[in-house]
Amino acid sequence: MTQLSPREQHDGARARVSPDSVDALVVRPVRRADLDQVIAIDATETGLEKRRYWASVFRRYGAGGSTEPQFLVALLQGRVVGFVIGEVRDWEFGSPPCGWVFAIDVAPEARLAGVGSRLLEAISESFRRAGVRKLRTLLARDNTLILSFFRSHGMMAGSLMSLEIDLEA
Amino acid sequence: MRLQKNTSLALYGVLEFASDPARHISAAEIADKYGVSSHHLAKVLAELARSGVVESVRGAGGGYRFTGNARRLTLMDIIELFEEFTPPAAERATTDGLTPVDQALGVVLSEIDENAKATFSSITLATMLRLIERQQASAAAATPRPPNGPTEVPAGATDADTPRPPARTRPA
Repeated sequence: MTQLSPREQHDGARARVSPDSVDALVVRPVRRADLDQVIAIDATETGLEKRRYWASVFRRYGAGGSTEPQFLVALLQGRVVGFVIGEVRDWEFGSPPCGWVFAIDVAPEARLAGVGSRLLEAISESFRRAGVRKLRTLLARDNTLILSFFRSHGMMAGSLMSLEIDLEA
Repeated sequence: MRLQKNTSLALYGVLEFASDPARHISAAEIADKYGVSSHHLAKVLAELARSGVVESVRGAGGGYRFTGNARRLTLMDIIELFEEFTPPAAERATTDGLTPVDQALGVVLSEIDENAKATFSSITLATMLRLIERQQASAAAATPRPPNGPTEVPAGATDADTPRPPARTRPA
């Protein structure tokens, strides 16, 4: 799951975040008190409020140590405006240890201000501290906006190919 | 997927314009840089002007100027102006007259096309310009230096004397 929609969207409830104000952005490990805001950002994008899912994600990824699974939030004036989740996976798919980004999302009013970039930099730095030198993600082929976001950070098609098949009932 | 000559020329031109949006560049200058026919390139640039990616500037120092948004325009946006893509095999209206082998090959070729389209659709001109810069930096780093380094450069030599990698790859 990788979510981030950098396209211009207007949220009538909140004023847009300007790129200048991103200097005041704080990125830190998620806390349980942040979860409601994370769920709201996700629901804005997906239309589903997945409370049980996010509670399980918090249990799995919310520890926040430098070599642990990473669940980071971006805060602006104390309000969560984005999050990123990932972890280092060893030898899966025959691959040496590498950092996977599973999800990244930014509140609609904070898009196009560099929040996603700061989150990606933060999780990349935590992966570097954990000793890995490869960052990966997986997303839908038709999700060109998010593909563009990752490509704008220098990411290219990697050595793995995803394959799938519909299983008969 | 193989790009038509017009498409390649359009991409060379657009990247040239987008790398310096304020500058007016003539078709002849780009044609000379890439070693292509200026007559052929002029037709391609006229099409880009009709689509609003560049605008024609008349008079002395005229030519074309970039008017698009390099952070939003993708390679696919340019390619689609010059190429038609076949729909994925599953979306084709009819398979009448096709053998099972044709249909199976169509499925495989569609997979390749869909991946190519996804790649072109996700690379903006701004991303492409950064990629070109990285390629130039890699090429410069790989260029062997003289044994004793810069101290061997003759007196009076300037940066302009230093061989540089070409800004772009010439069309095949």
